[in-house]
Amino acid sequence: MAEKLIGTDIAPQDLVAKITGRARYAEDFRADGMVFTKLLLSPMPHARVRGVDATRALAMPGVIDILRADEVRQVEGRPAEASLTDEPLYEGQPILAIAAETEEQAAAAIEAIEVDFEPLPFVLDPLDSLRPNGPNAYTGGNRFGGGEFSELKWTDADFEEIEAGRMPNGEAAVEWTKGDIDAAFSESDLVLEESIVHQSLTHHPMEPRSSMMYWENGKLHAFVSTQSAQRTKYAIAGMLNIDPEDVILVAEYCGGGFGSKISGNTHMEVPAVFSRKIGRPVMLRITRYEENYIGRARPGFQSWLKMGFMADGTCNAIDLYIVQESGPFGAGDFNTAGMIADLVYTPQNMRFRGIAMYCNTPPKAAQRGPGGAQIVIMMEPILEKAARELGLDRLEVHLKNAPDADVGFGPRNSTLTSVFAKEALEKGAEIFDWAGKQELSGRREGSKVTGIGIGLSPYTAGSRGYDGLMVIRPDGKLYVHQGLGNLGTHSIMDTARPAAEILNLNWDQVELVWGDSSRGMPRSSVQAGSQTTHAHSRANHAAGMDARAKVLEVAARTLGGSPSDYDMDNGRVFRRGGGASMTFAQVAERAIELGGKYDGHELPDNIHATTVPAANILAGQGLMGVARDNYGGSGGVYTWVAGFALVELDEETGVVDIKEYVGVTDCGTVLHPRSLSAQVLGGSVQGMGQAMTQRWVFDPKWGVPFANRLYTARPPGILDVPLDMKADAVGIPDPQTPVGAKGIGEPPVGAGGAAVTSAVADALGGRCLCRTPLTPDIILAELEGLDKPFHLEQHIG
Amino acid sequence: MAEAESAGLLETKYSRRKFIKSVIAVGATASSAGYFIGSSGLGAQAVPGTVERLITLTVNGQQRRVDVLPNETLAMTLRYRLNLTGTKLGCDRAECGACTVLIDGVNQYGCSMLTHQVRGSSITTIEGLENPDTGELSLVQQAVLEEGGFQCAFCAPGFIMSMTAMVNENPNPTRAEAAHALSGNLCRCGDYDKILNCAMRAAELARSV
Repeated sequence: MAEKLIGTDIAPQDLVAKITGRARYAEDFRADGMVFTKLLLSPMPHARVRGVDATRALAMPGVIDILRADEVRQVEGRPAEASLTDEPLYEGQPILAIAAETEEQAAAAIEAIEVDFEPLPFVLDPLDSLRPNGPNAYTGGNRFGGGEFSELKWTDADFEEIEAGRMPNGEAAVEWTKGDIDAAFSESDLVLEESIVHQSLTHHPMEPRSSMMYWENGKLHAFVSTQSAQRTKYAIAGMLNIDPEDVILVAEYCGGGFGSKISGNTHMEVPAVFSRKIGRPVMLRITRYEENYIGRARPGFQSWLKMGFMADGTCNAIDLYIVQESGPFGAGDFNTAGMIADLVYTPQNMRFRGIAMYCNTPPKAAQRGPGGAQIVIMMEPILEKAARELGLDRLEVHLKNAPDADVGFGPRNSTLTSVFAKEALEKGAEIFDWAGKQELSGRREGSKVTGIGIGLSPYTAGSRGYDGLMVIRPDGKLYVHQGLGNLGTHSIMDTARPAAEILNLNWDQVELVWGDSSRGMPRSSVQAGSQTTHAHSRANHAAGMDARAKVLEVAARTLGGSPSDYDMDNGRVFRRGGGASMTFAQVAERAIELGGKYDGHELPDNIHATTVPAANILAGQGLMGVARDNYGGSGGVYTWVAGFALVELDEETGVVDIKEYVGVTDCGTVLHPRSLSAQVLGGSVQGMGQAMTQRWVFDPKWGVPFANRLYTARPPGILDVPLDMKADAVGIPDPQTPVGAKGIGEPPVGAGGAAVTSAVADALGGRCLCRTPLTPDIILAELEGLDKPFHLEQHIG
Repeated sequence: MAEAESAGLLETKYSRRKFIKSVIAVGATASSAGYFIGSSGLGAQAVPGTVERLITLTVNGQQRRVDVLPNETLAMTLRYRLNLTGTKLGCDRAECGACTVLIDGVNQYGCSMLTHQVRGSSITTIEGLENPDTGELSLVQQAVLEEGGFQCAFCAPGFIMSMTAMVNENPNPTRAEAAHALSGNLCRCGDYDKILNCAMRAAELARSV
């Protein structure tokens, strides 16, 4: 019998390359004649370029040419990002690029360019933009709709409410309600109302978004850092308005993205256009400083929250208002946050209002658990306070409010394929010893106080309908072609396991093909929103079933009988009960002889059009398995993580030490336990950074961020996290997907962050700081009873 | 309040025009000069065309002759002159440790060391850890392979170099000591639990030799 693959720890095939330095990331590629390009970044948060004098720069040694905004794609008339611009909308937005023989020459030339900027009004804080007579991020207004800009301003009365720390009634862009919140609040035994500020924070993947490109025979060869691969090829083609088959995308490894490189990035256009212009390969090496500006950030929220509870801990009403800082080009987090609040606490009465405002801050984008991570990090301390006032245990309150499989949530009463949140809470509580640790809550040793906390975090974790593509070649091996990106989730390897199991192959009989579009990539999901484990375990399951059926047919056509007379194991197809058999190598050769559907010369009608070119590349090379995921299903696919943390808060210094952490997930069937643990704990660690340390600090006068590198907005280091962390899974399959597996990337962030904000609230005896990150200055100001060390308007400052 | 004051102070010290000009200079210098230590500083001009010198480096046990600028960092020499791209640039400024190499056995940031400083030293990069004769992985690499270490792995070469220095110096660390030994390296995937498992397994393998 072939080995069992699903649920076992197998080192990913690319690991040796990663640990020997042979793995090539975008900036590791070289090409003959390669030159370097550098970007000139805007020094102002909003300006207009009146003129550029590059005479001196272009005369400098080694300098080849300049690339200006009018040479790249510009979308007129709506908020849309261009790779180079003459009207920068944030400090750090690239204005132009210079190419030179060496990077130092290009950098020196950038210094020698004289740009005449006309400074324009700017806004960093959405509330400033909403103030009567407040500045707008764009010259034409602060909101966009119906093809034009307009202005939306709140009233002085709204701002009086805000100054008093109360929920304003200013006009919202989005509003939905369910039930009757007014009636529900009047019935509540406890009503809590807080204003809460959640900061914006940069993604900062370890690998900056460098790229190298050249043109050869009319085709663009693009070496990029991207979360997705197949979809990035189409994104580049769309950006340049060229035939996708004229893009050869090489994306073998990606040094992290976390939502900031979903299908590559806007600035890939610079080396693409510049290399076409000068006829030389162009390397755009992005520095950390540049990455800080162009590398995307999670939107910040300023919000007002009112929650009603019954005496037994049931949450019966939520009224939530979120004002989102959306950067210059927008983001969607706030809508998701409203949905997640409804899903986690299941009030039967809810009102959500939200508004997203353009600001002259670096661009925002989905960051791992967009909207969901923020809202659970913000709400968990309120739950701590409610449980304390009602004399209940937080675990009980969560168990009382967590949904079951029949949940309907959000404005459209959305449903889910499965929910095992309570099981995750219970298993996590057991591993963490939640009951036993109650006595540690509030324990004081010297200046240190202990707190414990829970964070419950759901997020989308799947999608449907993509294609699988694989070939059994005459060497007898199964080659699974993956259009996914390789950003450290091991999805490329792990989602191929179902196909191997269907064909009863051992893992050493499976080869993964990825990272180079010229080798054939099927239509794939973007590697975002935790989709891939679900989407591509399904797609590869479908293509594996197709390959299996074809192997059996080839055997029957060659050896006689009907396909159902045959079975397969270990790379051999054989007649049940003994008799004739063929190796997969022979099957592959026979499939090529038979042609037609067997070797991919005839393709199924229902696969995506973008899979066809990839399948055509592979036609005739062996027995092809190719199919679309038609398994269907109804309802959203969500994964849950329950996080548990123990912290020590030092009242002398305001420093919080995270001592213990446990994360347990409901993610359906586990494909790869060790990789799953890494996702749960790694995501949780990111959440700890979100809760504790990472933030922008802007100079409000000039609109420029002071915190613009890793050390000034530091993600957690190895000394900032517990020495021993534990992860586990509920392990109940999702009933609506053939492999039972859901994704995992997003929800751990909220779980890790919320467990910590909950634990800090506990250590503070139920005082909710209602602000992140919980840096020592914020904690000390609270402990010393100072006025709130921030205004709502200054969440980014 | 404090921010308003500081802005006010700035205004008295600098005119708006002067301040913006200085911000332009800092922004452009810092963003474009990147790794070139020599060209950083307020309003400083990067100086192109400084003279390369042919020097000899000992890298991974081999003598390598290479043209090097006076202000060139070791990380750039390794990556762009010697094509040893396993050493990664994550921050250019001693913040992340992705460029960690061994200089005479000590783990150091390649981005923060001038190549001219290490003439006469023995430099080991991630490419130099395997046995040159057999291709066998080093003990640390073997440990990482066994533990399935790292996610995106952009930080992996740097961490592995720091682990190598750690097991040479202290093959019997506690988990806390291992964390301290690796605290100069950043993993943005947050995979520290598994990284510590790798380090402890590496120490175990080192002790058994």
